[in-house]
Amino acid sequence: MATAATTPQDSASSTPDAIVVRFAGDSGDGMQLTGGQFTLSTALAGNDLATFPDFPAEIRAPQGTLFGVSAFQINFGSRQINTAGDAPDVLVAMNPAALKVNLAALKPGGLIIADTGAFTKRNLDKAHYEANPLEDDSLAKYDVLAFDISEKTIEAVKPFGLGNKDALRSKNMWTLGLALWMFGRSRQPIHDWLKAKFKSKPDIADANIAALDAGHAFGETAELSGPMRQMEMPPVQSEPGLYRTITGAEAVSLGLVAGAQLAELPMFFGGYPITPASAILHHLARLKEYGVTTFQAEDEIAAICAAIGASYAGQLGVTSSSGPGIALKTEAIGLGIMTELPLVIVNSQRGGPSTGLPTKTEQSDLYQAVYGRNGDAPMPVIAARSPSDAFEVAIEACRIATEYMTPVMLLTDGYIANAAEPWKVPNPADFTPFPAQFLTEPRGEQLLPYKRNEKGARPWIKPGTPGMMHRIGGIEKHEETGNIDYSPDNHQRMTDLRKAKVENIAVPDQEVALGETSGTLAVVGWGSTYGPIHQAVRRSIAKGCSVSHIHVRHIWPLPKNLGELLKAFDHVLVPEMNTGQFKTVLRDQFLVDAQPLTKTSGQPFQIAELEAAIAKYFDGIEGNEGGEVAVNNQQLPSPLAEND
Amino acid sequence: MNAPVTIETTLKDWETDQEVRWCPGCGDYAILKAVQRTLPQLGADPANTVFISGIGCSSRFPYYIESYGFHTIHGRAPAFATGAKLANPDLDIWLVTGDGDGLSIGGNHLMHVLRRNVNMQIMLFNNEIYGLTKGQASPTSREGTKSPSTPIGSYDHPARPAAFALGSGARFIGRGFDVSKHLPDVLKAAHAHKGAAFIEIFQNCIVYNKDVFDDFAAPKGAEDRQLWLENGKPMLFAKDTNGLALNRETLGLEVVDVVDGDWESAGVIVHDVTNRSVAHMLIEMPFGPFPMALGVLYDDPRPTFEDAVTEERERASAGKEANLAKLLGTGQTWTVSGTAQDPV
Repeated sequence: MATAATTPQDSASSTPDAIVVRFAGDSGDGMQLTGGQFTLSTALAGNDLATFPDFPAEIRAPQGTLFGVSAFQINFGSRQINTAGDAPDVLVAMNPAALKVNLAALKPGGLIIADTGAFTKRNLDKAHYEANPLEDDSLAKYDVLAFDISEKTIEAVKPFGLGNKDALRSKNMWTLGLALWMFGRSRQPIHDWLKAKFKSKPDIADANIAALDAGHAFGETAELSGPMRQMEMPPVQSEPGLYRTITGAEAVSLGLVAGAQLAELPMFFGGYPITPASAILHHLARLKEYGVTTFQAEDEIAAICAAIGASYAGQLGVTSSSGPGIALKTEAIGLGIMTELPLVIVNSQRGGPSTGLPTKTEQSDLYQAVYGRNGDAPMPVIAARSPSDAFEVAIEACRIATEYMTPVMLLTDGYIANAAEPWKVPNPADFTPFPAQFLTEPRGEQLLPYKRNEKGARPWIKPGTPGMMHRIGGIEKHEETGNIDYSPDNHQRMTDLRKAKVENIAVPDQEVALGETSGTLAVVGWGSTYGPIHQAVRRSIAKGCSVSHIHVRHIWPLPKNLGELLKAFDHVLVPEMNTGQFKTVLRDQFLVDAQPLTKTSGQPFQIAELEAAIAKYFDGIEGNEGGEVAVNNQQLPSPLAEND
Repeated sequence: MNAPVTIETTLKDWETDQEVRWCPGCGDYAILKAVQRTLPQLGADPANTVFISGIGCSSRFPYYIESYGFHTIHGRAPAFATGAKLANPDLDIWLVTGDGDGLSIGGNHLMHVLRRNVNMQIMLFNNEIYGLTKGQASPTSREGTKSPSTPIGSYDHPARPAAFALGSGARFIGRGFDVSKHLPDVLKAAHAHKGAAFIEIFQNCIVYNKDVFDDFAAPKGAEDRQLWLENGKPMLFAKDTNGLALNRETLGLEVVDVVDGDWESAGVIVHDVTNRSVAHMLIEMPFGPFPMALGVLYDDPRPTFEDAVTEERERASAGKEANLAKLLGTGQTWTVSGTAQDPV
């Protein structure tokens, strides 16, 4: 953000090193598609970027309404980008509702591009505007560029003989064309994509291409003064190599495939449709040639039970869901812990409790992951910090599950699942394989299905193996034979053994992501808050604050050195998109005075709000505002209307 | 696919060293013996045989069979079995469930394993009561059943397991009872059926619902109250003096007298196990006016789920290379070399 974010008034006269654009329209206007294609062209132009798709839970909410607004934000620049950006520099508003919902987020002096064709009386009423904001002075503090995109689109696609309704579907492509011109992007990749997408309907492809070209030409030829100008955004200096854009859902899927290969196992994925986790099921369903079986079960419970059944039979069982679905799976997770079978459970967290905010992001399932089962049921938990990080974390989950014979929970969230970022494509050969071992004959005279190895893991014995017949189940069992054993001493020992196994999982030592290994303040995060924390800490260090960023991947068990590391700081601040769950775990495990910084608006943290929170610890520093922390006052606004 | 190799075993080979913990006199003992007697006759291989159960008295079954066994959680056994079967279609899976486990908490999973037609034998022990939790009314308890949870008598209408199974799309429905000498024959027919084979086994809960099936299962007068169905044979009972015929006016079954063994002129129907409509009538006919239909009521195989999944995976993989490095670099990519960047 640097320049663009800290000195917004500069953006009109000079080129910033990063810029934030938000496309907003009706959920039927194709804003996610527009954003996705703009992202692609931006990546191809060599900028670093981060995106934030923000859409309603309804598939087609009533047109023109406030709760039907769908938005896609992208932050891109010629330097490293870690977040989707705080406030947009440019807001594309395809109708009055989109303007109303998103205006509060726009930077003062920011640019609004609006489609006057959609600012009809009817649409203004639906957005609860009493007067047309494009025609009064309510937008005076912004640059406004308003013209009839609807009409221009209809004109552009006229040669293709489409009706008005069909023609207007290309509005988003016209807008994309204008955006491509503004930032000097190539149209060719979008042309290619449209041709491929509408392969069987060349007319539609041509109409969309015509709209795209018309939007581009409009920017090029219109004699526009003021805000309409081209901006150069030179490529970021990246490590050489092959890159692609990737979302968290894609990265998790690919990481699971890679993990199963490293374990030398076929993968069985049991899933049930749920937002925002379904994308993983969709990705894996197309990867059957990698030894992946996907099973869409009758419910969340059957999805995990089938995955455990597959693990029992010798495959790598995986299941995936979001909070409410994870709740349903909980009893089966307990069985997985009791029978000590490998299993990976992916939780793409969303706002809760109950149905909560299906399409919005939150980190509020941490208690559920770490503590949320009946009985003493320890389970490793790891968290991905970004879409690309999810690849490695998924591999790590597969490794722990198979090496330690245990269910593992992998936490991502709605933001990571949907957001895209450039990813330097790794070479699978760089990862150390961890081939699964099956026991095919007794280690001593007697078959002992629960006799542990040095890691505390019991042997994995596949049904079908001659001479190794045995029974497992959820009832407490003898510590070696696995036969039913309710005796007091045995249950005590088994409880201790299960606990010790998970606690002794080899977890890499915690490193400091940014800053020194001791100092005044440690800002400790986990999961998708990585980007905003990193940028806020970077800025604070630049101002002279003694602050470090520590980002924890292994939530349970925690890195062994983490307690000592935290104690080397005077203060520990834990920003989380929940009411302070990781803070509780840190306090409990290390007796440190971890302070919470919480946010549960369904929106990611902004850099500015974290920076302000950090500033509170450094009153004497020059250029530091210090004082009160007003968290949440700048967050991306959510639609006010009722939403299920 | 299924049990390609037959193995010679004896009943003893299928007994575990575990102490059986059912109540003395429980019908489960008889079913256990019937299964242990049947498995050698099937040439089943203990190493390839898996018993998967849920929760309840019946679900302790796997602990007592010397094969692979998985005692899972309440009602979910069909889901575990589906996953195991998909992971290794060669496994010979027997599912053990009860009226509470299979029809109450697990009704959803039972429905889906039947409609998907996953190849396994599903034994539902129906004792019309919750035994392990000390005698509450179950979904198959008859109206008026007095129990700790229904002290004045239950008032909900009982579910009928075989009707549920047929409605769910089951392609094999068998019925027997714990001490019946015919039970192994029903189990064998279920095993021979490729697909989900549903077997309702009436089981006497000696403690909480004693002798509730005596109206048809008691040895005395059994001839008159039990109709043992055989494919291709007329539906005769009561020492061949009664039979079932189709009443063309009501389009329902009726009991007719058979004189001097001339069942044909009495209009008695010949059992065709592939006739779904007749199977429906046999399952629905009320006991009392009619005998209890036992044996193989319906047997009409169709392709199994695991075969469809395997075939689809093979079809989808045909001619495709599983190159992970290539997969990771798929999609819209670009190369950074030094500072210059070229879209690929």
